[in-house]
Amino acid sequence: MTLFCRNGRADSLTLEGRVLAPAQGVDECLVITVDEGVITRIEPSGSSRLLIAPAFVDPHVHLRTPGREDEETLRSGTEAAAAGGYCAILAMPNTDPVVDSAAVLGALVERAHADAVVPTGFMAAISKGQRGEELSEMAELAEAGAVAFTDDGVPVASAGVMRRALQYSRVAGRPLALHCEEPSLSRNGQAHDGAVAAELGLGPYPSTAESLMVERDLALASAEERPLHLMHLSARESVAALRKARADGVAATGEVTPHHLCLTEEAIRSLDPNVKMNPPLRAEADRRALIEALRDGTIGLVATDHAPHARHEKDVPFEEAPFGVTGLETAFAALFTHLVLPGELSLETLLERMSAGPARAFGLPEPRIEVGARANLVALDLEAEWQVTEDGFRSLSANSWLLGATLSGRVVRTVADGREVFAA
Amino acid sequence: MAELRGPLPPRRHLLSVRDLTRDDVERILETARALAGSLDRELKKLPTLRGRTVVNLFYESSTRTLASFELAAKRLSADTMSLRSAGSSVDKGESLKDTALTLAAYDPDVIVVRHPSIGAPQLVARWTEAHVVNAGDGKHQHPTQALLDLYALDEALGRLEGLHVAIVGDVLHSRVARSLVQALALVGARSTLIAPPTLLPRGVEALGCEVSSDIGDLAHADAIYVLRMQQERMAPGEAFLPSLREYTALYGVTPERVRAGQVVMHPGPMNRGVEIDPRVADSGAALVTDQVRAGLAVRMAVLYDLLTVAPVEARQAAEVA
Repeated sequence: MTLFCRNGRADSLTLEGRVLAPAQGVDECLVITVDEGVITRIEPSGSSRLLIAPAFVDPHVHLRTPGREDEETLRSGTEAAAAGGYCAILAMPNTDPVVDSAAVLGALVERAHADAVVPTGFMAAISKGQRGEELSEMAELAEAGAVAFTDDGVPVASAGVMRRALQYSRVAGRPLALHCEEPSLSRNGQAHDGAVAAELGLGPYPSTAESLMVERDLALASAEERPLHLMHLSARESVAALRKARADGVAATGEVTPHHLCLTEEAIRSLDPNVKMNPPLRAEADRRALIEALRDGTIGLVATDHAPHARHEKDVPFEEAPFGVTGLETAFAALFTHLVLPGELSLETLLERMSAGPARAFGLPEPRIEVGARANLVALDLEAEWQVTEDGFRSLSANSWLLGATLSGRVVRTVADGREVFAA
Repeated sequence: MAELRGPLPPRRHLLSVRDLTRDDVERILETARALAGSLDRELKKLPTLRGRTVVNLFYESSTRTLASFELAAKRLSADTMSLRSAGSSVDKGESLKDTALTLAAYDPDVIVVRHPSIGAPQLVARWTEAHVVNAGDGKHQHPTQALLDLYALDEALGRLEGLHVAIVGDVLHSRVARSLVQALALVGARSTLIAPPTLLPRGVEALGCEVSSDIGDLAHADAIYVLRMQQERMAPGEAFLPSLREYTALYGVTPERVRAGQVVMHPGPMNRGVEIDPRVADSGAALVTDQVRAGLAVRMAVLYDLLTVAPVEARQAAEVA
């Protein structure tokens, strides 16, 4: 068991509409009957008003628990996930304290059993305290339920420690998920090293700060013959390195966030702290490379990097604001509006990269629409238009880059592990 | 590309040179020239902004900018109030937002903000109803400095259109350089940034300038604008320069590097013997005190422009004056 949520009865319900399950090759109008959490009947239907798809999986969520429950809790974060159409999420370990021991992880698992509305898994730290020096007790952490290991938020600066972590992760039988950032290149970095940062005077965070680390870690993974997951990729050079490593047989996967797919460095001209994130928004050529990689499967999944921040901590000048934006409740609509409707990405690819893609990369059960399967379903109203407002979030935080925007496509119902967890 | 939040409210601010058109710049300079005449009178005070309130909110130490904004407001008969971060509630950890909201409770017409962080004046503009003037935000912008530099250049050389200004020194850390390049481009002047490659931001030529690392390119310019070496912004170990000695040898503005007929400017405070040779600073070519004097007239013009009349009327008023 690697996903945890509160106990409760399974639901019986029906969902009807155009069923689109790209990983299974399904695209037809159907009625899906769920009895006590399990899909029992799938029959033809005449209605195509809603789109029914396998629910989404987000392997990169900051739930801020323990330590910053004013920003997010397991309850609020999983309710936000439910509203975003997710049936499973993975939480990051850069909390206070860091999830680097079985004791901290055990307490979280217990809390998930009480509070998590949507099945939630946990990543644990690669290194103790995420200091990049000593390895965490990976085997014990895996035993306690860790899905993967990451020092997300900070890089593992030492190549030597990274090599040992790759070697030792074999004992734990879990992959590493890496935040690639060469700190001596990103120091004081606030924005992509280009014309916009030059004009605004913001400290440069060059693409090489990411891509050099991506290349280093791919080389180490190749030499150690260990799988590797690259988080929140932003630079075209990183994409090229990942494509090459995969072609060479390295078991590497990569993820990209909705904001890196929809925005470029031009967005920071507003100096709005809600477009400040790490890695930074980059050039249009980088955005194009990310979309292309998502299309061809080099990047196999979308992850939100949902990073809630207290309002008073984002209500400061851009330069002082912490990195990170929320994303769980807007991911599908943002990508549908900005990529699918303009014809840059097919709906099928988007649905696959938000569901089967992330599940496969982390060895989680793949949401499927077939008789006998646990119901993990999302119903989407593609005709709906809605405005993103500060008071519309289930998340405790509202630091969204989409505040005030009008989006197309809305999640209207989410079924996670056989239970209806969201209905608009 | 996704669209973000809507634009700021339709009040007028001076947050960045980017907010200005060529007409705006010319109108403000004309107003400044008209107001400069009043500064030579025996009675220097004009009643124009009587009953208006100008608040200076300064989070960074400043001598000439704060003094000239204060005096500019007073010469126009506005009520002024200056708040420095030291000795105020900011010392007690009050956030910029709370300080701005506190000041806004007095309904100031203008808030002049200087802040070490990029983006602070934009937020004050969002949080309050006042017209906001950026008096320097981190390495980003210092628009009134650029306007006063244009004014001083125009006074000294009799034109702006077609002038070529070489801006030499620590471009990377300079809000003055960023603002000035944009302002020069607006009025049809040319600029070349000259600095070692480590102090030139990548892509900066998109601002509308040329870049060079050859001090010899000074010779082609009508005016030399020397930037202050901002050692306080360079953390140890960042390796921007091997030494100040080598910088001065390669890029210091010395008498040998100044051609007859060129004027030399510096925003102050000067590091004599580092970026500028004292013999140049004290020579007849230096416009440094003219720049300070221009600062007063230009800041009066900026306050006048924001507070008295709509843009079109402001132009006519300047013509009449």
